[in-house]
Parts: sequence; C-alpha cells; structure tokens
Amino acid sequence: MSESTKVTRIKKGFDIHVAGSAQPVTEQPTAIKMVAVKPTDYVGLTPRLLVKEGDNVKAGSPLFYDKNNEALKFPSPISGTVHAIVRGEKRALLRVEIEPDGLNESLPFAVKDPQALSAEEVRAILLQSGAWTLLRQRPFGIVPPPETTPKALFISAFDSAPLAADYDYMMKDSMADFQTGIYALGRLVSQIHISLSPSRQSDPTLFNSIKGAHLHYFEGPHPTGLVGTQIAHIDPINKGERVWTLGVQEVAIIGRLFGSGVYRPDRTVAIAGPVVEKPHYVKVVEGAYIRDLVKTTEDNVRYISGNILSGTTITEDGFLCTGANIVSVIPEGNQYDFMGWLMPGLKKYSFSRTFLSGFMKCSCGKNKRYLERCTINTGMHGSVRPLVVTGDFEKVVPMDIYPLQLLKACIIGDIDLMEQLGIYEVEPEDFALCEFIDTSKTEIQTAIRQGLELVRTN
Amino acid sequence: MKLRDYIDKIKPNFEKGGKFEKLHSTFEAFETFAYTPNTITKKGSHIRDAVDLKRTMIIVVIALLPALLFGMWNIGHQTSISYGLDFGFWQSFWFGFLRMLPLIVVSYVVGLFIEFMFAQIRGHEVNEGFLVSGLIIPMIVPVTTPLWQLALAVAFAVIIGKEVFGGTGMNFLNPALVARAFLFFSYPTHMSGDSVWISKPFHYAGDAVTGATPLGELMAGHSTSASALDMLIGTIPGSTCETSVIAILIGACILLVTGIASWRTMLSIAIGGGIIGLLFNAIGANDYMSVPFYYHYLMGGFAFGCVFMATDPVTSAQTNCGKWIYGFLIGAFAVLIRVVNPAYPEGMMLAILLMNCFAPLIDHCVVKANINRRNKRALKAA
Repeated sequence: MSESTKVTRIKKGFDIHVAGSAQPVTEQPTAIKMVAVKPTDYVGLTPRLLVKEGDNVKAGSPLFYDKNNEALKFPSPISGTVHAIVRGEKRALLRVEIEPDGLNESLPFAVKDPQALSAEEVRAILLQSGAWTLLRQRPFGIVPPPETTPKALFISAFDSAPLAADYDYMMKDSMADFQTGIYALGRLVSQIHISLSPSRQSDPTLFNSIKGAHLHYFEGPHPTGLVGTQIAHIDPINKGERVWTLGVQEVAIIGRLFGSGVYRPDRTVAIAGPVVEKPHYVKVVEGAYIRDLVKTTEDNVRYISGNILSGTTITEDGFLCTGANIVSVIPEGNQYDFMGWLMPGLKKYSFSRTFLSGFMKCSCGKNKRYLERCTINTGMHGSVRPLVVTGDFEKVVPMDIYPLQLLKACIIGDIDLMEQLGIYEVEPEDFALCEFIDTSKTEIQTAIRQGLELVRTN
Repeated sequence: MKLRDYIDKIKPNFEKGGKFEKLHSTFEAFETFAYTPNTITKKGSHIRDAVDLKRTMIIVVIALLPALLFGMWNIGHQTSISYGLDFGFWQSFWFGFLRMLPLIVVSYVVGLFIEFMFAQIRGHEVNEGFLVSGLIIPMIVPVTTPLWQLALAVAFAVIIGKEVFGGTGMNFLNPALVARAFLFFSYPTHMSGDSVWISKPFHYAGDAVTGATPLGELMAGHSTSASALDMLIGTIPGSTCETSVIAILIGACILLVTGIASWRTMLSIAIGGGIIGLLFNAIGANDYMSVPFYYHYLMGGFAFGCVFMATDPVTSAQTNCGKWIYGFLIGAFAVLIRVVNPAYPEGMMLAILLMNCFAPLIDHCVVKANINRRNKRALKAA
C-alpha cells in the first residue's frame, strides 16, 4: 500500500517532563494473585452477568454481556475461578474477580489465515472470542456496535504523554502477531492508518515493514501521540461517520487470536513515575492485580492505570484497567502551600509563564532536567473559579476546533451547538492538556464526557 | 506552622453547623489567601498546573505598579509645578501617595464588601477579579474625585456591571470602565474640564489652579502644550495613573512576557488607532486631524486602556481571530471619537465599552466560520 514519507509537523501542545520513565527492563511476575474485568472501564455499558461466584472459566469465556447489545460479550482474560462479583451503589456491577488457576487454558477458536477469511468470518471470530471489545469507536469512545463497519481504523504507534511508554520496546517481540492482526482487521476495514513519530521512537524502523496499512509520520509535542490528534490531521470525523481506534498491543492480541486460535490478552505495561523505586516494564495479563508489583519510595502516592493526564485512579482494589500501557505513580498533593500564589515558585510546574518553568517550552537537555526536578503531584494548586482566562486552550489543541466554545457547549448541554463545534471528533483525553493548564481548575474531561454521553443517548 | 495550626483550629466554626457558618465565604477567602488549598484532583487530569486565578490576578496587579507609583509621584509633581511649591522627589511622591491612598482604600473597601456579601449570599467563593478592578478604578479617575462619588461608582460597577450577571467571568462590560463611565456621565463637572486634574496642596484655601490635559487642549482648538516626550514620560496633567506611557509599557511587558494579556489585542489596537490617525493626517481638514498620529498613543487613556482594560479576557473577544477584529476596532473608534466627536475629549473608554458589547458578536462570527468549514467538509465527504 501507499507509504507517504510526508511528515506532519504539529506546533500546538506541549510535553510535560516527569522524572521516572520506565527503563527497558521487563519483569515477568511469578504469579498474578487476581485478575479483574471491570464494566466500569467501558463507556455506556449495561452489563448482564453470565457467571456466578465459584464458576470455572477459561481465557476467552464470556463473563458478562451488554444488555443493549447481546452480541457484545466481555471475555475472561485468564483461566481460573470466579472469586468474587463486586457490586457498588444500586447494585451496579463494579468488577468480576477471577483467581487464576495457573493452567493457562483458553477456549479454542478456529485458526485460519486471516487473509483467506471473509469480512463476516473475521467479525464472527472477533465477536465470539470477545476480542471485539478491544475496539473503540469514535464518536463516543464506546465498543463499536457489532454490525457496524467504520470508514477507517486508526492506530497510534507512539506515546507522547508524560512518562511515555516505549511502544517499540513493548512490541519488539510481538511484531508477527501485530502483522497478523492488521491482516485480520484489514478484512473488516478498508483503511487502516498507523501513525509513527521517528524522533520519539527507540526503533524508528520497527513498524516500517508492516503491510496492509497506511503509515503516517508526525512530529511535535504532546498530544501528537493521541489518536484523536492524528485522526484530525489524516481524515477528520464528520457527522454520521464512525471510525475505530485500537492500541498497538490490542492489535497484537487480535493477531494472536487469529494466529494461534486463543484469546490471550497478555501485555507489557510500563511502571513509571518519580516515586517508583526502579521504573521498569512488567509482562502481565489484562486486568491484573498490580499493587504488589510496584515498589514506591514514598507512601502518600497515587496509582494510575494509564497516563497522568487521563488515566484512571487505581483504588485500593488495585487492578489494571483495560487498554492501559502504563501504570503511573505520582505523589499525592494534599499539602497546604503558604502564599502559594505569591511566591516565586521556582520548583512549580506550569505551562503559563507566571512561573519560571513556563519559559522552558523546548525540550532541550537543560530544560528537561530542570523540569524533571519540578514538583509533580495530584494537588489542584488553586480553587475552582469560573472560566475567565481565554486564549490558552487554543495553544494545546492541535485540531480545527474551538476548545473553549466546545467546552462551554458541553457544560450547558446544548446538543446542536456541540455537534456544530465538533464534538464527534473528540474524546475527553484530547482535552487533557486543557484541563492541566486551566486556571479555573474546571473538570474539563468530565464535562466533555458528559457532553458526549448526552449526544449519544439522544 | 503556627498560622496553619490556628486556621485549622478555628476552621470548624465556619463550616456547616459551626457558629459562624454564615461567614464561610469570607473565611475561605482569607484561608486561601494565606494558603493555596490542599485539595487534590479526583479524576480526569491527575496533575494540574501551578497557576490559578490568584496567581494570574497578582501578576496583573504587579504590572499595574509602575504606573501606580509613577502616578503617585506625578500627582505631587503637578501640584508642585502649578502652585510653585518646589517639591523634591520624595515630597512629590509622598504628597501623591497621601492623595491616592484614600481613593484606593475606598475603592477596595466598597468593592470587596459588596463582593464578599454577594459571595456569602450565593454560597460562592470570593473571586479574585476585584483585586485588579479595585486598583484600576482609582487609577483612571481625576485625583480630585470626591470619595463619595468614587464609592458610588464602585458600588454601581460591582453590582450593575458584574454581580447582576453572575459575578466574575459572566460580566460583559469591563467593571472598571463601568465605574468610570458612571462618574463621567453622572458628575461631568468633576470628571472633565481643566480644574480637576491637579490636586490642591494640603491646607490651601485659595482658588484652584487649572491645568489642561493634552486632549482637553486639542478639544478646545489649541495645540498641545506638552511635548511628545513629556507625554511619553508622563509629566503632564491627567487621570491619576494613566499619564506615563513608559510606566504603562513596563506593565505591558510584564503582561506579555507572562502571557497573561493578549498581544493580539494590544497590537491590533495600536494598528487600528494608527491607521485612523494616519487617515486623519491625510485628510487634515482641521488642526486636530493634523495632530501626528502617534500622539494618540501618548495622550489620555489610550495606552492604559489598550494594555490593562481592553485585554480583560472576560469582556474582550475570546477567539484569537476575534481579538484582532475587536482590538482593531477599539483603536479605530478611540481615535475617531477623539477627533470628530464634539462632546467627549477622550474616546478610549467609550470605544472599549462599545466593543465590549460587540465582542460576543465578533466571536459568534468567527466560530460560525469554523462551523461552516466543518459542514462543508461533511458535505464533501458525503
């Protein structure tokens, strides 16, 4: 297929430099204590259980399905016993916990060269095995309805978020599976776009030999690595259209399914952050109990499944969320700061040039070392205020969108206005940098999600 | 830390069910003034920028200081010249400080009292916005403004200009300019003419000495008695703190380097004013039109309005493209009103207030262009 060598250069956005990126060392933990599948990881899912406590399951056995779409079955990532079914308020299903039996048994699915399969056969295998639930659809960030076909599939093959995981390192042994996955998905989707960023990659040639997909090259600061940014520059989403997105490790999982006939959601996850003892990678199964794999240098810390801009807090239960390539650990910021608004704040991290760190936008060595010594924690660093400052969001959203206006449309719940301003093109993570730099401390990603849900349910 | 322990000790009194529950907003304002709160993120972005609205506002206040300090000195300096008193540097400054202090105190006390009251009634937190407005208002009035008039104007600006729309962030007119417009239209004799710009020395019983501003002189059909250099430095009669273009430019540098005010707005105001100024130079139908175009930058409130008031993010256009249009029209209207309007010597205040009203419309058109682009793209794809 065609390979353009044109590089799209993105100017808007900025990199947040945090100390403690994962070093290229992988540990394979001896035994995972517990694995959980969480309906709360999925947008708009109403789960209906298919198992009860004490049931034996294999990898690929369905645990629950979507009430609104019975063909969407959510599989167990591992073989074992259903240890607990945990419910929250109003008996909402929070998670199904599975105690691994160490046998690594999988439900067998028909193995066949994906290139010899028809689109409908690929669809059937994906749905039957539950691997379909790895897919995400834009708009709305949902698992795509089973009968739908998108205009294109987008894969971001690099990470630009703080503490970025090295996808090349994670994928170097899975490239055969990745290629099989692309072939399989290529039966279903007419256009597959893979985005790369040579300057950010440890092995810029790794993905170059992939067949069956268009390769695109991007250079620039975060959010260049977000698939939303890439879609906006490759083939923006119009009203009525749908596209799919998929992570690189998910493609490999689908490849493994078609290559060996088993659903095996093993993945490499970076464990990183300024308070992690030895930042490194671990090889675990999706949804694994992660807390005892992380050693921190401090106690008052937060574990986040995903990156620190849009990941999910890992609460006391301690399980990975679906799709996470990284577990970020940062200190909690629940300390008072005497006259914080008045002090010079030489160690404070800011995009605004009201602090010294705001002047260090370029990522050259000296700046990076300075910024990595600045304080990164979960503090709000101020009180919530009305949206007053203007003109800043535009600096970090590299899309043809007016972020402040779209945000306001979401807050007031005006569906027509949201549509007109491009709600279909975004996911909350595309607004994560806005939320970070926001002077008014508004919960912007939450507002965008609420806006998306309002449009979806209407 | 002792202060922190003390705050933590008295805090329960101000929380729900406490003795002084009703004063919660007031307590919160003072607490967050002393300490940036220890609240943490819950979801979304787990980390947040160190900047908050307090930080933003204090930078604006710092940017105002050069103009304020120069203004204080100039008050004394003008009195010294007019009354032949031969003040030294510190004497001039001290005199101006004593004249300026009551204006600032009245502005803050009246404004903050109303702000706290509204926050209390609404159960909101007190907003930092008035820290800036409350300082700007005394800086843009004549030094002889009676305190009761100032108090009325501040009350009017805070209540009608801001709180009725929901407080900081919701208002569409710049509150400081609302205060000035209130004074201007309610008490015109105290706000213009030749007798209001120079403060009498203390214990002086004789008649006031007059001193005209350059705009007043041009309005009356004379040429300006001050040179361009005087106007640049600011050693001329005028509103308390807006005479020195250099001091204002130092403030502008602070705002631009920190990125708090929009360079687009400032630059486009200068362009708009310059173009209309040049146009008048080309026509040259009367003496006022022939005044060199750059005089408009130096006279009256042009520089101050351009740097500190038109750039107010709440009342300015919010889109980058909109800021160009908004700024250009402010500059253009300000010079237009000065030169061709027979009633008002100063055009900046009215130009900014007028464009404040049109800012939402400008933004609407800019955003509409984006919407049309999106619709077109969708049609092409379909």
